[in-house]
Amino acid sequence: MSPIPLSHILVVSAALFFIGMYGLLTRRNMITMLMAVELILNSVNINFVAFNKYLYPDKLEGVFFTLFIIAIAAAEAAVAIAIIINLYRNFHSIDVEDADEMKF
Amino acid sequence: MSASAVIFYILSFFILATGLLAVTSRKIFRSAIWLLFSLTGIAGLYFWLQMEFIAAVQIVVYVGGIVVLIIFSIFLTQQTGKDLPAPVRVRSIFSVLAVCAGFVLTCLMVRQYAFGVGRTVGAGVDASVGNIGAQMLSTTEHGYVLPFEAISILLLAAMVGCIVIAIKTKPGDK
Repeated sequence: MSPIPLSHILVVSAALFFIGMYGLLTRRNMITMLMAVELILNSVNINFVAFNKYLYPDKLEGVFFTLFIIAIAAAEAAVAIAIIINLYRNFHSIDVEDADEMKF
Repeated sequence: MSASAVIFYILSFFILATGLLAVTSRKIFRSAIWLLFSLTGIAGLYFWLQMEFIAAVQIVVYVGGIVVLIIFSIFLTQQTGKDLPAPVRVRSIFSVLAVCAGFVLTCLMVRQYAFGVGRTVGAGVDASVGNIGAQMLSTTEHGYVLPFEAISILLLAAMVGCIVIAIKTKPGDK
């Protein structure tokens, strides 16, 4: 594990973050946007674990933050999918451009 | 290059390639399957970092829970066999520009900053399940019992909220 410097792991997680960002900006389907958000959350988790492992190996704080982020991501995905199913019932489409009832 | 470095680069290439396919694939079901591979690769990265418990949680919660939930909702809301519409050209060009600029900026900042060079660290703590559980439920200074309880309330609230949002109301029902 030592031959890899910390910055390489950070570059990988930054690349994953911006891949998720690209998906969030270009996709207009709600489920695929949710997938992009999951990629972004995962890149943050990689950062927390890598910082914990390389800079503070005598503590466990990064592990706890990762665990809490995973729990919140699961709750967020469940609520998002409930909203998506409700939206599909009302508009018969999950494209964000079609849900323009509250657009001014 | 040692074997561990080779494994790291293969894992990162796998994660990034499958992640890129997950956000660019035009078929939504394939996109979900690529996301599954990407999340599994991230679990492999945690194994490589010797965080076995995090890797197990990643596989159980993300691969076993969230991706299955996403696939379920694809089946509920999507007509099968229809491709997603291609993104608007102007939007995708500007998204690529913005994303590349952000990535280059982040890489420059990572290169400039020396992470903990010359820092002396103590002996590594054992990141076993027993240690993590003991610290998570301890009420002493570095214990995490209060966030743990807050998360449990949040999960309960999310569960109730999902049922309330997705429940089917009969027509004419108040």
